[in-house]
Amino acid sequence: MSKREDEGCGRKRRTEVGPKSDDCMNPDSAVIAAFKVFQQELDTKHDKYERLVKISRDVTIESKRTIFLLHRVTSVPDVEEILNEADVKLDSVRQKIGQIAEELRGEDLHQFHRAFTPGIQEYVEAVSFHHFIRHRTLVSLEEINARLVFMRENKGVGEVTCPGPCVLTFQITPTDYLLGVADLTGELMRMCISSVGNGDMDTPFQLGGFLREIHDGFSYIGNTGPYEVSKKLHTLRQSLGKVEDACYTLRVRGSEIPKHMLADVFSSRAAHLDPDDAMV
Amino acid sequence: MSVTEMFSYIQGFLSADQDIREDIRKVVQVLEQTAREILTVLQSVHQPTGFKDIPSKCLKARELFCTVRNHTGELKTKFPVEQYYRYHEHWRFVLQRLAFLAAFVVYLESESLVTREEVAKILAIEVDREKGFHLDVEDYLAGVLILASELSRLAVNSVTAGDYGRPLRISNFINELDSGFRLLNLKNDPLRKRYDGLKYDVKKIEEVVYDLSIRGLAKEQETGGDK
Repeated sequence: MSKREDEGCGRKRRTEVGPKSDDCMNPDSAVIAAFKVFQQELDTKHDKYERLVKISRDVTIESKRTIFLLHRVTSVPDVEEILNEADVKLDSVRQKIGQIAEELRGEDLHQFHRAFTPGIQEYVEAVSFHHFIRHRTLVSLEEINARLVFMRENKGVGEVTCPGPCVLTFQITPTDYLLGVADLTGELMRMCISSVGNGDMDTPFQLGGFLREIHDGFSYIGNTGPYEVSKKLHTLRQSLGKVEDACYTLRVRGSEIPKHMLADVFSSRAAHLDPDDAMV
Repeated sequence: MSVTEMFSYIQGFLSADQDIREDIRKVVQVLEQTAREILTVLQSVHQPTGFKDIPSKCLKARELFCTVRNHTGELKTKFPVEQYYRYHEHWRFVLQRLAFLAAFVVYLESESLVTREEVAKILAIEVDREKGFHLDVEDYLAGVLILASELSRLAVNSVTAGDYGRPLRISNFINELDSGFRLLNLKNDPLRKRYDGLKYDVKKIEEVVYDLSIRGLAKEQETGGDK
């Protein structure tokens, strides 16, 4: 403020205020006592948040691995085997989500939502990919949520909860579901390209149709959705474009090229697509 | 369920969500208006003339808090109570302001730190999450930090108005707050950012106290007050 004060700050020593602030260090003042309570409350909350972030990371990693595993279906004779293996992996992911549900017992889900939303989105992506490969349809939010019901023995919570095993559920929010499905389209695009590479003539067209449906759905939601959704819509359009291009090429040139050479055509095409990929 | 059905279900959910947000925004706007009015009333204590009738200003502010209580009551009805944190961002700012205003009134009246329970009572909300619409501890703390910078301003202005005793009391108060905040392990979040500003308030008040001390003004006032 004034020049006078600036000088004061240069020469100032704590001793000036020291004797006056005697009582403020008093450990049993009301203010200090109150802040000790706040300290505890905040620490408990932060700890819980950290634990949730940790679980969420595990969920993300395991889900990503499941997706990689599922990408192998295009090049393997026994699809069922891989699907079952993926199911086992997804079960272990669900166990982890069970831990999240446990942490959130009696809490407001939205208070800690930021901690676990990446993991949940990845899980939605994996589970819907799995579902698509098996049933060729989009898994619904209810179907996903229905599998996230956990039985828990009441162990040492120490609070008054219902006796015997109690049911814990985890509800995925529609937004997380939506974002997970948006990610799914990227996986479908990859699957399309790689299945073409393997000389599979049907899958690309199925995928094309499915992707179009999803794209239409997202266009229907448009800007009413949260900000992240509109961001993903752009990537979705690119994926759709690639798949449609692939279908187009198949249709135009499929009849001309001998089957055994298809792989060559598309491997060069995939290389041509790659720079695009890097941009996404 | 077909893809189209699924998306229209989600669309329904999203528009319901937006309606709620719209409702909340309207109430919060009114709350912000009232908060500004209270602030205007309390701001006048910085005027040299305002120092004389602090009690009447507090009384007026207390009256305005009645309106606030009506609005918070209305806000509670706008959304399901267990989804407090889903819409938290909408009223976070105004709740911090109100916590500050309540703390300021209480400080001007009794020169003590308002408790979280008191703030909740003034705003007619709860302290515990389980009981309904509540005051988040971080919002309360943020409000207290706003109070600290307001008080550092008040210390300067009270010297200008010739009240040399007040800066010393404010200094004690802020020092106590500072040591309270030192107890907290804050994460790198908005609250932490705000807390980082507290040291400048502390410094400023220390400077004021220093200025008074070297001129013997503080002592004069103190002994005068004791007699």
